[in-house]
Amino acid sequence: MDYLQYLRKDKMPHIWCDGCGHGIILKSILRTIDTLGWEKDNIALISGIGCSGRTPGYVDFNTLHTTHGRAIAFATGLKLANPKLHVIVVTGDGDATAIGGNHFIHAARRNLDINVIVFNNRIYGMTGGQCSPTTPTLKKSTTTPYGNPDSAFDISRLAEAAGASYVARTTTFHVAKMDQYIKACFLKKGFSVVEAYSNCPTSYGKMNKETGRRGVDMLLYQKDNMVPIEKAKDMSDEELQGKLVTGVFVDRNIPDYTENYSIVKQNSKK
Amino acid sequence: MSEPKKNIKMIQGNTACAEAAIAAGCTFFAGYPITPSTEIAEVLSYRLPMVGGNFIQMEDEIASMGAIIGASLGGAKAMTATSGPGFSLKQENLGFAAMAEIPCVVVNVQRGGPSTGLPTHVAQADVMQARWGTHGDHPIIALCPTSVSDTYRLTLRAFNLSEKYRTPVILLTDELIGHLTEKIELPEPGSIEIINRQKPTVSPEKYLPYESTASLVPPMANFGEGYRYHVTGLVHDETGFPTNDSDKAALMLARLNDKIEKNRDDIVEVEEIHIDYEMETLIIAYGSSARSANRAMITAREEGHKVGLLVLKTIWPFPEKEIQQAMRNAKKIIVPELNLGQIAHEVEWATNRRIPIIKLNRINGESIKPSEIHKVITQG
Repeated sequence: MDYLQYLRKDKMPHIWCDGCGHGIILKSILRTIDTLGWEKDNIALISGIGCSGRTPGYVDFNTLHTTHGRAIAFATGLKLANPKLHVIVVTGDGDATAIGGNHFIHAARRNLDINVIVFNNRIYGMTGGQCSPTTPTLKKSTTTPYGNPDSAFDISRLAEAAGASYVARTTTFHVAKMDQYIKACFLKKGFSVVEAYSNCPTSYGKMNKETGRRGVDMLLYQKDNMVPIEKAKDMSDEELQGKLVTGVFVDRNIPDYTENYSIVKQNSKK
Repeated sequence: MSEPKKNIKMIQGNTACAEAAIAAGCTFFAGYPITPSTEIAEVLSYRLPMVGGNFIQMEDEIASMGAIIGASLGGAKAMTATSGPGFSLKQENLGFAAMAEIPCVVVNVQRGGPSTGLPTHVAQADVMQARWGTHGDHPIIALCPTSVSDTYRLTLRAFNLSEKYRTPVILLTDELIGHLTEKIELPEPGSIEIINRQKPTVSPEKYLPYESTASLVPPMANFGEGYRYHVTGLVHDETGFPTNDSDKAALMLARLNDKIEKNRDDIVEVEEIHIDYEMETLIIAYGSSARSANRAMITAREEGHKVGLLVLKTIWPFPEKEIQQAMRNAKKIIVPELNLGQIAHEVEWATNRRIPIIKLNRINGESIKPSEIHKVITQG
């Protein structure tokens, strides 16, 4: 396929570092759009702030670069005002689950029909490598130089518990699975999430040696430490330490917000 | 022939605001419960689905502000309503709406502050926050109604100004006006002036969403209409894409502020009552305090005092020119307001302190009594 038809070529070069995984996720999004044959005019791609936040600037859709953490709030208004739009939110781990955590769980709760792709590199990349809500315990960042005392969020389980229709997790190494999950996410009615572990050699890799310091090392680290969700069920917490559990967390057919609100509209006219 | 039946109702200020929003063509409201603005959300939760619109109660005030911006980009006329603490939370995305030039209406039914303050009591202490609450130099329009029918009229005007100038407009009302029930004659739907955002007439390839047009207000395409463009809160050029070029930044930020400043004569609205060259005392008031001022003026005039009243219906941009004109030969100005002198300071600046400016302030949750203003007219 021709990726260039979806890119704003005059906005290149992009700001992502050598070895960053975000481009892998973006390509998967574009491949899926191409596979589904969606019209560019009917796609709105919305982001918050951070490395993932720069994605909309590079793609030839209706694009909206919002305030930090608020992409899902903006997307809520846009989707309800124009339900014909395919609304895709791209967000990072900090954007989605720290400053924007409230919007993330509530959009999942009301099962709003939007697609959310979380670029989870487990660090604040744009500001130079501070810990995020998904930085694992005792891993290092520029604000946790002696190790992170916090526990990490499991974004996929959070979305599942909050009421999302579809939730899957993969890594930037497992590209075939990523395509499969993003396609299912885009086709699903209701709040649909794909969480993709991404590699940030510039910040995370530099400070946490076990993943390797180059992008390719980090991709191989993901390959070696990936555990399918089916297998993870039979593993102990100790065995799962440091592992990346991937797969489909939930895939259910439940009424989405618009379906429920259409009943509200009918009731108002009785 | 009998005259057509007038649509006369007894309603609350907050209800008038909600009904006017529907009349203006508002199809999207996002909000969060907060006293004393909650009735606006309640009425719209009932009314919007009836007219095919959307009401959504969001998880917080920040999300409500974000949602109305998204809805406006999707082509809806959109509104949110709040009060003090919620208005503080709106500021982040209010700045985004100003920067990205997204039309929307934000209602602030002012209550006592600071912080959680006096939730059920009146205040007018968010005047400066309405002007400067969000960071950075940005344009803003804020309107202050003095009655229930004025709330209806200025809500309509807020939508029209937001669409005309591609900007957020704040309806800065207060607890007294919001909860006041009085008579209102609702206009016939066909008689209302409705302004809609100007759409691009050029092809998508030639569309510049932030073009420096002669009107200073570039046409706005809604998302999904075939004009694929980029919207950001970063400083951007005419194409909408971010730029660090200082010349382009200067140009863009100048136009952003000029579009309101250079159209101030169209935006500013004041009401002059008994202002003439005989006038010795000028009262400058707005919102609920203008009601007390009006009563005090009537009493004082009956007693022979030469007093006039200037009511500021537009509070931002500030009506300094109208104040300078209204002063005429006045010997003193009285500014009654439910804060510690936020607008009195602006009046001092606008008049260059040529005559004494008497501040009459109250921040304990009570309104200023006409007798207190009367006392200052006659003695102060």
